[in-house]
Amino acid sequence: MKKVLVAALAATALAGPVVADTKIGMITTLSGGGAGLGIDVRDGFMLAISQSGRDDVEVVIEDDQRKPDIAVQLSDKMIQSEKVDIMTGIIWSNLAMAVVPAATAQGVFYLSPNAGPSALAGQGCHPNYFNVAWQNDNLHEAAGAYANSAGYGNSFILAPNYPAGKDALTGYKRFFEGELAGELYTELGQTDYAAEIAQIRASGADSVFFFLPGGMGISFLKQYADSGVDLPVVGPAFSFDQGILQAVGGAALGVVNTSQWNKDLDNATNAAFVESFQAEYGRLPSLYASQGFDTANLILSALDVASPDDADAFREALRAADFDSTRGDFVFGPNHHPIQTIYAREVVQEGDVFTNKLLGAALENHADAYAGDCKM
Amino acid sequence: MSTILIIEQILNGLQSGIMLFLMAAGLTLIFGVMGLINLAHGSLYMVGAFAAAAVAGATGSFLLALVAALAAAALAGAIVEMVVIRRLYKAPHLDQVLATFALILIFSEGTRWIFGSFPLFLDVPSYLSGPIRLPGGIQYPLYRLVLIGVGLSVAIGLWWLTARTRIGIQIRAGENDREMIAALGVDISKLYTIVFALGAALAGLAGALVGAIQSVQVGMGEPVLILAFVVIVIGGIGSIKGAFIGAILVGLTDTLGGIFLPQLFKLFMETGAATQTGSALASMAVYVLMSLVLIWRPTGLFGARA
Repeated sequence: MKKVLVAALAATALAGPVVADTKIGMITTLSGGGAGLGIDVRDGFMLAISQSGRDDVEVVIEDDQRKPDIAVQLSDKMIQSEKVDIMTGIIWSNLAMAVVPAATAQGVFYLSPNAGPSALAGQGCHPNYFNVAWQNDNLHEAAGAYANSAGYGNSFILAPNYPAGKDALTGYKRFFEGELAGELYTELGQTDYAAEIAQIRASGADSVFFFLPGGMGISFLKQYADSGVDLPVVGPAFSFDQGILQAVGGAALGVVNTSQWNKDLDNATNAAFVESFQAEYGRLPSLYASQGFDTANLILSALDVASPDDADAFREALRAADFDSTRGDFVFGPNHHPIQTIYAREVVQEGDVFTNKLLGAALENHADAYAGDCKM
Repeated sequence: MSTILIIEQILNGLQSGIMLFLMAAGLTLIFGVMGLINLAHGSLYMVGAFAAAAVAGATGSFLLALVAALAAAALAGAIVEMVVIRRLYKAPHLDQVLATFALILIFSEGTRWIFGSFPLFLDVPSYLSGPIRLPGGIQYPLYRLVLIGVGLSVAIGLWWLTARTRIGIQIRAGENDREMIAALGVDISKLYTIVFALGAALAGLAGALVGAIQSVQVGMGEPVLILAFVVIVIGGIGSIKGAFIGAILVGLTDTLGGIFLPQLFKLFMETGAATQTGSALASMAVYVLMSLVLIWRPTGLFGARA
């Protein structure tokens, strides 16, 4: 905790007297229920910045408290009074929808380290908008593909009733070839899943797919394990990331989940990232941390080529994505969303720590379904 | 839909209602006796859950964890009452809302300062985990049955406390006429501290009990707080009996609405749209219930005061 603060302070203080050449505005969630995700993105991002040793990059970090109105205020402040060149950091799709279109329209570059709503990947794509993580549907599509390969034929699927939840079920259904034993939308922020689990028990399904990020997933998994229903569960990495697994405990062991990244992904950049993240912050990185780290390194690689003042050259440099990613080779599709391999991972216990082990690719070189609608 | 499923869902509704009662009982006592709107009641729920998770992690004992939750929440409640709340009894409701909202922020960030930003682990003890088979072949988690039992015992205990003990008489008298009981020589400020700590302890107990099957994280109390307010409005402010009936009603409406509304819409809509519409309406169901009760009885089911 203290270390993180010191790092953050150092990063902001660093910029004080020195006039930085490039100003990056990071709006992310650092307080409230979803803070773990924002803190991971920030820590991954700042790790890359400090490793680069550059003193011409200033990062302004602000907390959106997971509230769209606050995110919009912060973004106005960053663009108008701080005059940032690049923005990043937003975790949640509803906040991204409130901030990104206005920011890119004002000539700022926005690089998303997490949220990838379908609206920004298709018709609403923008030359100044890049997504370094994934389009929202991707991990769910991979879960559907994995369910096919695991031989599941009758899935019960559930997600919260909000845009990313709908993207999730759409994504799963796009690739899953079996039947649906049931389809449920739960309340956003719901904490009790007894009613849903009873329906799963009665449905005759042979597998369960769920997208319940953060605390919702913790509640669901604990209650599911306690209910005696023993159908196999698949889901996207969001309910099985490093920050959450310790709170779920043994209830998640053996669950297969899909992710574009894992800590044992075999490449030199990733090995160095995992080691240095652990050394710096004293915990294992999550996929969010890897996304923050990649986002910063992408920005740094583009800054080596051009300044954001020369927007066209800088955009080209971002598009080239000539940086060492924790995911190995990194390529952008035509709508500035990654084309990448998404893996199946399994929750395992290593000593006292619950973590994920790579099983294999669920979808190789996968692009998103909306790229065709993007005209830019 | 099978009878088994319906019975299981009714049990689920009862269980969530009874946990809601633990929250609402404290809230309604504090509101009824002191006339105070305490938005920070959800924070005391969180304090209970975090204390339980910390103690369970250190000792491995769930019973000790529950004791710690009760003690920590009661202590936090007593301190908050003496330091902050005491200054607010004469203040307008808006000031109370403002101050107790500030308390939410202080508790949340304070908890994050101590425990970090990631959710904590708290699990059902092994002797209470897993499902048991009820008559009729219903499989139901043992822990949830225990929650129903604990909640009912607390309800009976509270009834006994308010109806049959001296302090209960003072509490009820304080609700009706605080100047008069002060004039009769009851130390009203001590009474208020006790009531506040009692309400806090109940919230802390609920947080610890529910934390074992949910996520122990910063901000976990606020969604429950909103429902608890709905409960006390339905039940009538200040009435423990009202809080009990209101909590069961809200629990059942919330649970059964979430199941049956989507099913209902499936009769005349295609599945995807029915699920979405049904779920959206289900999340409004408790508020519809509240409006209906208020139209019928503007002071709530058992509310005495206008």
